[in-house]
Amino acid sequence: MLTDFGKILIFFIIGVLFTGIGLATAWLIRPRRPYPAKNSIYECGEDTIGSSWVKFNIRFYVVALIFVIFEVETVVLFPWALVFRSLGMFGFLEMVVFLGILIVGYIYVWAKGDLDWDKPSPKIPVYIKGVGVVAPENNQQQSAA
Amino acid sequence: MGLLDVKFEHDNVMVTSLDWLLNWARLSSLYQLQFGLACCAIEMMAASASTFDMMRFGVIPRATPRQVDVMIVSGTVTLKMATRIKRLYDQMPEPRYVLSMGSCANCGGPYWEHGYHVLKGVDRIIPVDVYIPGCPPRPEALLEGLMKLQEKVRNETLAKKKTA
Repeated sequence: MLTDFGKILIFFIIGVLFTGIGLATAWLIRPRRPYPAKNSIYECGEDTIGSSWVKFNIRFYVVALIFVIFEVETVVLFPWALVFRSLGMFGFLEMVVFLGILIVGYIYVWAKGDLDWDKPSPKIPVYIKGVGVVAPENNQQQSAA
Repeated sequence: MGLLDVKFEHDNVMVTSLDWLLNWARLSSLYQLQFGLACCAIEMMAASASTFDMMRFGVIPRATPRQVDVMIVSGTVTLKMATRIKRLYDQMPEPRYVLSMGSCANCGGPYWEHGYHVLKGVDRIIPVDVYIPGCPPRPEALLEGLMKLQEKVRNETLAKKKTA
């Protein structure tokens, strides 16, 4: 009478109730006596220096983004591999086209340096009046300094 | 107010059973603040290690005062460290206990006479529940002190104390 999904729902409800009852009991029992020294921020007993909010490194976002894209590609590869034999040459060529598109994207990401943790500092060409735009190693003015 | 703060009027069977349950839960899981200052800390480490094993009493060291029940002050308390100890004690949530381990934390220890930099006993800044004498106390002595603290927790009650 109960479907398989229904059993999973019961499991889920019991899990939520278990956690909820534990937290609710703790909330009921524990004393609440706040005072300013108790609410102060913990820093091994020292005075806190600076804010606790730190800037998040943007590299994590880039890595996660690239990971998600190629993870989806891998997920698509799995069912194709299961029915590969029945698809024949057409299936094979279709997957080659799909992978080819993604490999072009992969080469782009690699060449742009998005896979490196430390990006190298780029050499920016400079403009010298009367000469034009030159590469920085050919720049006589900067090498004198 | 939480249930632990409520003082019931009558000492009936429901309150005593609740007492028993809550106290048993609390004394079996006295998390400690990872707090070693000097030589007594070595004995505390030995007590946590295999032969004496403090963890079987439920005493698990935590790195933050927000998750602990007991602070074991093990070692000499210098005046510089005293402000930090006071602040850490303040940051512990109730119900909280303090175990003063060793001679230096009890009364200043060997530095009682000439120690210009030593706080003569940690009970000058925070309230102490159990004093463990020794210089340093053996791990068994620390475990006995812990068990005395467990006795103290076991005898706590939610009912109002009867005034004589």
